[in-house]
Amino acid sequence: MSEILKHGPLVVFGATAVGGAIAVVLTQNVVRMAFWLILSLGAMAGLFFSLNADFVGTAQLLIYVGGTLVLLIFGVMLTASGPFVSIKSSAGDLVKSGVAGGLLLTLILITACQVHWESTPAYDEVGVMSAGYNATADGNTTRPLGHAFLGARPDKDLGRPPTDHLSPGYLLPFEIVSVHLLVVLVGAAYLARAKKRKA
Amino acid sequence: MQPVGLNVYLMIAGILFVCGVVCMATKRNAIGVLMGVELVLNGANLNFVAFARYTKLGLDGQVISLFVIVLAAAEAAIALAIALNFYNNHLTIDVDRADELHG
Repeated sequence: MSEILKHGPLVVFGATAVGGAIAVVLTQNVVRMAFWLILSLGAMAGLFFSLNADFVGTAQLLIYVGGTLVLLIFGVMLTASGPFVSIKSSAGDLVKSGVAGGLLLTLILITACQVHWESTPAYDEVGVMSAGYNATADGNTTRPLGHAFLGARPDKDLGRPPTDHLSPGYLLPFEIVSVHLLVVLVGAAYLARAKKRKA
Repeated sequence: MQPVGLNVYLMIAGILFVCGVVCMATKRNAIGVLMGVELVLNGANLNFVAFARYTKLGLDGQVISLFVIVLAAAEAAIALAIALNFYNNHLTIDVDRADELHG
């Protein structure tokens, strides 16, 4: 019991994320599915915060819960007219997919729990902020992440003995993904614009 | 908050992944299939961030998870544009009705 109380926020966020995901699968009404998905993704942001990933958690809240889900709900509003709010799947499909999903879940859980992560050489209980100038494990990741996106890795390279190679940064993937996002949004606006029907 | 083991996060991520896969497989509403994709991407993201926290690999996992979030936003935008076009042409959102290319 004291274990549960000690990890209270983690238990709440984890249970909400898992319960929301299961409710998304079980609900047939697409509007309620969107609501459960908001709950699940918001709890996932809490899990990110508990993993010292403050910037990723904030980005999850801003982009996913604030952006992607608004898009999804617009999609629901524009397409859910009358009979299409809930399209039932057949019972046989549900049983088959339930069996397959249960088997896949068992496989994944057994595989993940079989590994003794504590005894692997890369395991580090102290965690992500244990190296570099930003030594406190208070989840202060924004500045190192910005450096990594600009191609410099002071979080890895500072304090190391001088070598002839530096740790890789992410400048080129960052540029590619930003141009990709621009092109995709222009393309989405082009696809979704109202066309004049040829009568 | 006290750190717990890596396995807790891996199990949560596994459950989310399986929920997303089942959602993609069973939902006949195209928007529901999209929600399944979001669940799968979030499960994978949780794995990346958890391994960044519990290993010596540093911030690379968080960088990758940010890329995944951005690509998921792009994917949702383009997929919703396609779904709206499909709805305008067929007056339904049931993915089982999209069978014009069926041989």
